[in-house]
Amino acid sequence: MPFVRFTPHLQRFFPTLAEGEVPGATVRELVEELDRRHPGLASYVVDETGRLRRHVNVFVGDEPIRDRQRLGDALSPEDRVFILQALSGG
Amino acid sequence: MSDQILLGTRKGTLILDRKQGRWAPRPIQHSGMSISYAARDPRDGTLWVAMDHAHWGPKLSRSKDGGATWENLTQLAYPKGARFVEQHLPTPDEQSDGTERPTSYKDAALLKVWVLAFGGSDQPGTIHAGTLPGGLFTSKDGGDTWELDVTLWNHESRGGDLFAGPATSRNQWGGTPAAVAYGEFVPGIHSIAVDPRNSARMLVGVSCAGVIETRDGGRTWEGRNRGMTNDYLPNPEAEWGHDPHFVTMCPADPDRLWQQNHSGVFTSEDGAQRWKKVSRSDVAVHFGFPIAADDRDGRTAWVVPAKGDSERMSIDGGLFVARTQDGGETWQTFREGLPQGHSYDVVYRHALDARADRVCFGSTTGNVYVSEDRGESWRCVGNNFPPIHSVRFA
Repeated sequence: MPFVRFTPHLQRFFPTLAEGEVPGATVRELVEELDRRHPGLASYVVDETGRLRRHVNVFVGDEPIRDRQRLGDALSPEDRVFILQALSGG
Repeated sequence: MSDQILLGTRKGTLILDRKQGRWAPRPIQHSGMSISYAARDPRDGTLWVAMDHAHWGPKLSRSKDGGATWENLTQLAYPKGARFVEQHLPTPDEQSDGTERPTSYKDAALLKVWVLAFGGSDQPGTIHAGTLPGGLFTSKDGGDTWELDVTLWNHESRGGDLFAGPATSRNQWGGTPAAVAYGEFVPGIHSIAVDPRNSARMLVGVSCAGVIETRDGGRTWEGRNRGMTNDYLPNPEAEWGHDPHFVTMCPADPDRLWQQNHSGVFTSEDGAQRWKKVSRSDVAVHFGFPIAADDRDGRTAWVVPAKGDSERMSIDGGLFVARTQDGGETWQTFREGLPQGHSYDVVYRHALDARADRVCFGSTTGNVYVSEDRGESWRCVGNNFPPIHSVRFA
């Protein structure tokens, strides 16, 4: 099962969020499962059309996902997924 | 008279309480988050904040205990199939071959909640939100669920029913420069005025389109731009294409409306059937962003003029407030207590408010000033606040 880690910044909004195994054959399925466990979390990662938010990055291993529109990147059970905020702000 | 002011700032929500004649800020709420608007629902006291988080997307936050605790809400979102006609910002090196660019569409996603407004006293739990891109949302259950006003979304002035298919009319809602910071060029709703006599009547201000009214609770909408002029289109009296910066209504005289527009200050005495320009160049009342209507006297309003539209800062380095008490025929300017040298402040569209004898504004430079004598003299509440996006008496 893929293993997910998060930026600690998300724990401000979801204090019980912790790294761990989350099922999903694609990044989208994984985000949907996270949203079931932490209602509302998906809306912090993607907008209502399902696109990855402009200033959010999702990595699988060391590589950023390719499909920012639909998060269709496939996951294998040994993958490590990172959900991070992009470098931006002021 | 209100003893509390809510500030929406670039770095969080600030609540100012008036104690022993002085305004004191509480510790910052939503710290580090950009807040586009903050206001108190006068019906049940709930505090509402529109968070504009750069990373995690726009969200609402509400407090039912006066600001002690907050609950973040994620339910405000465009429905599937909500599309809009894409605007095109030409680039300097772009060549046109004379052919018209084909109409293209984009799925709507929430960029910003720009303004919140509360329904009438006969509509407990009804709250309205104006958004980028160009949406009016309404909650009838105190903010738990939200619905897009589809009739306004599908209005003929923006191409008709794009849920059903391609545009059936010409889109006349232009993008607002306020959206460019979000990487988009889309229209936005920044003003919502609910008639206290009749909650089914609402006026909405759109940049860049103009003013549009419903008299039946959102079932039908009609443009209300007669008498409006602009100084940036070939036809200065075009029906659409106006750039109201803020539109407001006198609650005691709801047929009296005020509008600070890109192209001057306008007022209407007949419920926006006709607007009249009341800019006065002799006192530099013309460009600016906010306008506040007196809550009792429809003929009284305040503006904070700015040098515009090319510079967008205080005029000649001196900050002042202008007030009219005769429906815009004449204006008095007031500078006592405001900086008169090296002031570069500009006041955003939601950052001026009036309640009874008190008037307050905050600037992009993080300065907040309060008047307790109807704008005639001012006292600084603080100079080192973050840039101020909104100021509302609680």
